[in-house]
Amino acid sequence: MSRRVVVVGAGPAGLCAAAGALRAGAEVTLLDAAEDPGGQIRAWPGFERLRDHVLGHPRCGWWPETSVWSIERAGAGAPRVHVLRGEIDAAGRDRHVLRPDALVLAPGAHDRVLPFPGWELPGVSTGGAAQAFVKGEGLALGDRTLIAGSGPFLLPVAASLLEAGSRVQAVLEANPAATVARGWTRRPWELASQTGKAAELAGYAALLARHRVPYRTGRAVIEARGDGRVEEAVTARLRPDWSVVPGTEQVAAVDALCVTHGFSPRLELPVAAGCRLRAGAFADVDADQRTTAPAVYAAGEITGIAGAPAARTEGLLAGWIAGGGPPDAPEAVAVRRRRDRARAFAARLAAAHPIGAAWPGWLRPGTIVCRCEDTTYGTLRSTAADDSAHAVKLATRAGLGPCQARICGPAVAELLPAGNPHHRPVAQPIRLGELAKPPVENPGRKESAR
Amino acid sequence: MRVVVLGAGIIGAACARELALAGCAVTVVDRGRPAAGTTAHGEGNVLVSDKGPGPELELAKLSRELWPAVLDGDPDAAGVEWDAKGGIVVATTAAGARALTEFAGGQRKAGVAAEDLDAAALAAAEPHLTRDFTKAVHYPEDAQVQPAGAATALLAAAVRAGAVVRTGCEVLGAVRRGGRVTGVRTSGGTIGGDAFVNAAGPWSGRVAMRLGARLGVRPRRGEVLVSAPMPPTVFHKVYDADYVGAVGSGAGELQASAVVESTRAGTILLGSSRRRAGFDDRIRPEVLSVIAAKALRLFPSLAGVPVMRAYGGFRPFVADHLPVIGADPHLDGLWHATGHEGAGIGLSTGTAAVLRDLMLGRAPAIDATPFRADRPAAQSEGEAP
Repeated sequence: MSRRVVVVGAGPAGLCAAAGALRAGAEVTLLDAAEDPGGQIRAWPGFERLRDHVLGHPRCGWWPETSVWSIERAGAGAPRVHVLRGEIDAAGRDRHVLRPDALVLAPGAHDRVLPFPGWELPGVSTGGAAQAFVKGEGLALGDRTLIAGSGPFLLPVAASLLEAGSRVQAVLEANPAATVARGWTRRPWELASQTGKAAELAGYAALLARHRVPYRTGRAVIEARGDGRVEEAVTARLRPDWSVVPGTEQVAAVDALCVTHGFSPRLELPVAAGCRLRAGAFADVDADQRTTAPAVYAAGEITGIAGAPAARTEGLLAGWIAGGGPPDAPEAVAVRRRRDRARAFAARLAAAHPIGAAWPGWLRPGTIVCRCEDTTYGTLRSTAADDSAHAVKLATRAGLGPCQARICGPAVAELLPAGNPHHRPVAQPIRLGELAKPPVENPGRKESAR
Repeated sequence: MRVVVLGAGIIGAACARELALAGCAVTVVDRGRPAAGTTAHGEGNVLVSDKGPGPELELAKLSRELWPAVLDGDPDAAGVEWDAKGGIVVATTAAGARALTEFAGGQRKAGVAAEDLDAAALAAAEPHLTRDFTKAVHYPEDAQVQPAGAATALLAAAVRAGAVVRTGCEVLGAVRRGGRVTGVRTSGGTIGGDAFVNAAGPWSGRVAMRLGARLGVRPRRGEVLVSAPMPPTVFHKVYDADYVGAVGSGAGELQASAVVESTRAGTILLGSSRRRAGFDDRIRPEVLSVIAAKALRLFPSLAGVPVMRAYGGFRPFVADHLPVIGADPHLDGLWHATGHEGAGIGLSTGTAAVLRDLMLGRAPAIDATPFRADRPAAQSEGEAP
């Protein structure tokens, strides 16, 4: 009997993992919370062909609208995967338990936003949310939109907004030009192998130029103001450590503000599966994408923010090995080489867009850090400073609200180091009624909804 | 007298406070942070309702009496979130009704306020509760605290009375002189003293063993579900009558009964389970499922409420279900204050008062002999180190 591989996430990494496992001869169950595969970016080259190949494969079961709510470690074997099937808003989704021989985790990442005064105002959104809105609704976001933060993702966000008819005033990259340039120009030979990605970025730059949208480095939004909705953004020049240069503040009238500081990997599933983290930030994997948990593999952004090209190669390799393919097969060797090149390119981008350590200087005591529980910076700081008997981290409820620290977690962890911000035994909210029902017994091996 | 309290959970904090107020030079030692273990993973029960007549009920009554006095005038009282909300125990079967009637009758004779509720009174007290019940009893003395906040406040009071807290110090062994413990070796150095209080909760069997003593305290695992914040829905601590049986049972297999209550933050806590699994801290989804099913039997209208998270903890379990409060029978200088299973938050104030009196040679307010450390259950094999 062939190996049963469950792949969580059908973005670039997960879809390629499914393909790799199928090629190795495994039975694959591919699941994703969304209705369709492809993840957040569906426009990558070869996506449609790969999707049709994987979803149409006789050994692949495709489970859309399926979320993993718990991962149950089971001794030496692969963990059990507890999922909910059905539209997220529908009452009474069904509970299923999958018992694979190997598990590939490819849940991806979500936008990271550092807090600043006023970031909770309506009209302030993450780049990803803004992109999803203009793509989903086909509507312009605003007449005076400002895009700020850090990272190459600011450019595709700007492009999406411009295409939907929004007026973008400027794109502000917090890192100074020197930092960005140093990251891009170091080891230029690595760029040669990633011409596709470099050309894509060049295309965005041309689009900005065509729309006369300035791209300014070393400048950030440090405050949003408005009565019930964002009306003004305060921007300021930053030093390389992201401290504000005094006297450089400017006020711009805006009606929409998109802010993104890179991405946060979704680590609750690897943590629940017992995978060790690397520097507390990413799932630790070996050269074959194997995590430290038995029969669990990781691919894509959870192993390092490296973008879709790296995610695809990692997925292919993870799926191939998880499916029982020999690690020394020529195609595996080739994929490993391509993966390493893609990762090197990603390391360059990360070096060009680091997060400056002085960002908390933008905050004021009253600035809300945890938006679910309204925990302010002042509360966090006094808790952190008091190392006497009061230093019980539970003294603040930061990160305990409905988003379960998905938004504020990385920021809170920097301001108040304590525990593992990714420890979420209930990985997705589950209704009491859904939880109380026994799981549906496994409905045969092959089930595709497409 | 120099006293070293081993463990900065609720029991260690309460003992440190009483001993420091009585004039002892107290050092509190914990391998981690204060209130980070069992204390942080409970519901904050201050209950008399779940205890039948006997020594534990006497300790519960003493503790319940002491809580308001302990919090009175405390600058950190707000963080304790003391809520004398009262408890309601509900039976849903004929057999459950008979058992609850008998149980409540015994409690009344022992001085516990226990009022029968008819259908109208129950619907008024808990409008979302099932109407399909056979018996309901209201216990107005039951209360709730935010456990980490309570432990923090007690510890802060101890510090104000001169106690010193040393975190990040794991107990490794004892320094002995002439059959007496005169110091503990910890990962943060050796700490000397005249008396040592083992308040390490589920780990107190392990701590006793490292000090060269023996204590029959083992971990028992419990899990709690937390809902998304809700408008006020549950007004008391509501539990089904099975809870009383599960607390009193020592079986290793899973037991669950519904305990439903809301917190100041608006979340609803749904417990609880009890099973013996050593120190295995993995959350088991099927345990969560059983808890949810039991809770829905009491509150069917909560079926659509999302569970946001779950947490589990280890409770210090002793085979005869009584805490251990008193001197170690074999090692002079060592005292124990542990073994409260899931009731340690509520019982902390009384435990600390009793221990203080025993250590200072005074007569405690209640008979402390049932809690002695030399009884057979307290001397059975503990968990391997």
